Amino acid sequence: MRYLTKRGGLFLVTLWAALTVNFVIPRVMPGNEATAVLSTFRGVNPAALHALEIEFGVNVHQGLISSYFQYVGNTLTGQFGVDAQGVSVLSEITSKLPWTLGLVGVTTVIAFLIGTLVGVLSAWRRGGRLDAILPPSLFIVSSVPVFFVGLLLIYVFAVKLNWLPLGSNYSLGATPTFSLSFIGDVLDHALLPGLSLTAVTAGLWVYSMRNNMITTLAEDYVRMGRAKGLSDRRVMFDYAARNAILPNLTGFAMQLGYVLGGAIVIEYLFSYPGLGYLFYTATTDHDLPLMQGLFLFYTAAVLVCVLIADLLTAVLDPRTRDA
Amino acid sequence: MAPGTLPSNPALPVPVLDVEKIRPGRRFMRAVLGNRKATVGALILLLIGFIAALPGLIAPDNPQAIIYAPNAGPSSAHLLGTTAIGQDVFSQLIWSTRQTLVVTLLVTTIATFISMIVGLTAAYLGGITDRVVTVVTDVFLIIPVLPLLILLAAYLQPGETSLIIVLCITSWAFQARQLRSQALSIRNRDFLVAARARGERAIYIILVEIVPTMTSLLAASFLALAVYVVGFAASLQFLGLGNSSELMWGTMLYNAQQGAALEAGNPWWALAPGAAVALLGAGFALLNYAFDEIGNPALRPVRKRRRTMGKMGARRWRRRGRVAA
Repeated sequence: MRYLTKRGGLFLVTLWAALTVNFVIPRVMPGNEATAVLSTFRGVNPAALHALEIEFGVNVHQGLISSYFQYVGNTLTGQFGVDAQGVSVLSEITSKLPWTLGLVGVTTVIAFLIGTLVGVLSAWRRGGRLDAILPPSLFIVSSVPVFFVGLLLIYVFAVKLNWLPLGSNYSLGATPTFSLSFIGDVLDHALLPGLSLTAVTAGLWVYSMRNNMITTLAEDYVRMGRAKGLSDRRVMFDYAARNAILPNLTGFAMQLGYVLGGAIVIEYLFSYPGLGYLFYTATTDHDLPLMQGLFLFYTAAVLVCVLIADLLTAVLDPRTRDA
Repeated sequence: MAPGTLPSNPALPVPVLDVEKIRPGRRFMRAVLGNRKATVGALILLLIGFIAALPGLIAPDNPQAIIYAPNAGPSSAHLLGTTAIGQDVFSQLIWSTRQTLVVTLLVTTIATFISMIVGLTAAYLGGITDRVVTVVTDVFLIIPVLPLLILLAAYLQPGETSLIIVLCITSWAFQARQLRSQALSIRNRDFLVAARARGERAIYIILVEIVPTMTSLLAASFLALAVYVVGFAASLQFLGLGNSSELMWGTMLYNAQQGAALEAGNPWWALAPGAAVALLGAGFALLNYAFDEIGNPALRPVRKRRRTMGKMGARRWRRRGRVAA
């Protein structure tokens, strides 16, 4: 229980910190970036503009503290403001979200499975051929910048071989329906960006999994399982891996921020119209409200995942309950 | 480890003198040369350092001059072709090395220093300071780095200085946490208790007594951080948050992407700086990987450990015993 209150407290503090960062940055950064940006916001309805002025500290005729509370109140009630076109930031985000959710969600799960499995197997046959080759190579690949992997894949599979599309989420002119051909088209377009993300993230968990597994394999209950004459597979997965994976869950969720960052770069590289591409276009348009909304959204997404991982750990691992 | 090699009385002065005889520089050299991954990593970094120091020796062409035919393929005159506006890609690549390396090393050094101060102060002072610092560190660990970097960079003039500032602000947290937990483990050792009893100030104890015991961890966190800094700096510039007229690999990538280098049949314009960034990151990563193996025997490949337990290995174990005293 103490574990959960502690993690829950961290959740709230981080959320508050991200909110406050958004409020503080426009006020402490040198120059008048926010004023310049907001002056381009013509044709936005006055109430929305006023809310933005409070967030960014432009033309505000009230105290700092009351602006702060008004801003926090607005954000917590889901009013993230409007972007340069006067469209609500929240609806911009939700319209692009499915593409990123699909791309990042699927690749993260695949990468986690690959990383965990390689970690388990290489610890099981520690010093074997698999242990000598796979973990180091996954680790090296994971330290390669994601855009380089993406560039290479585009060059080989899209430009040279012409097997897969250069970018975008589905072919120009295709109408989104639930037909087999459209789903195939979407998968075709997602393959290269997904592959790039999987390649650089699979290595993130290999070492922590391998090290946990090595420690777990020395436990008495594993020896007991072996002594009972259980099959290798049973001992490896049901006795050792199951326990070794527990400390890794929260680490997995924490890495999500890193994966989301990689997704921004990859979506830009492939012109894949998800949240990352939206972030990129917001950057080039200097659309500060949209950028800050996205930053908040990314932080919240990571936080929710960390919280889920913590809950899961608390349920699965009795050791955390006493601690 | 044979139990007999451990001096039973920790107060014995002799072993301490022995340790000082082995200069840390030579120990580092031996560690690097004895590990193949470390050797490769060190060679990569040496090569990049050489290019950064003397770019004119390798590529005499002016990297910024717009004097060639645009989008030319690789030839003997232009090893990697030319850009869409007619600059030589090879000399851009070579001349970009210096600034890329300088930014990486500068950010990594500053961020390592910040994490050292933050982590060690928190661990040493303990109590409420430690609690607050730990929460702040955890917050920085959870907040996604790249979105925060982009947000901060958007408010600043694009360029080298902004890049260094935003990277320093965002990249110290993980290392601070590691250093903190390491420092916690030695907090109540005798030499620190003695220093406190002498009435030394906290800042003296942290910098003069604690930091020297952590040189290997500091080196390891420097290397791990460098890998991230290389990648994040290039990513930021690639997304257009750098100054595209500066000579760095990340801005080359941005210009190449804007010039649609891959589609225009001019792949090396994009692939070469990408590979250079990857190579620099790999150099640091290999060295760091080897450092982990050297510092943590549990991670060492099993076969290798058996082999090194010959004469050399035995000597090393004995020295470990002395260091532990």
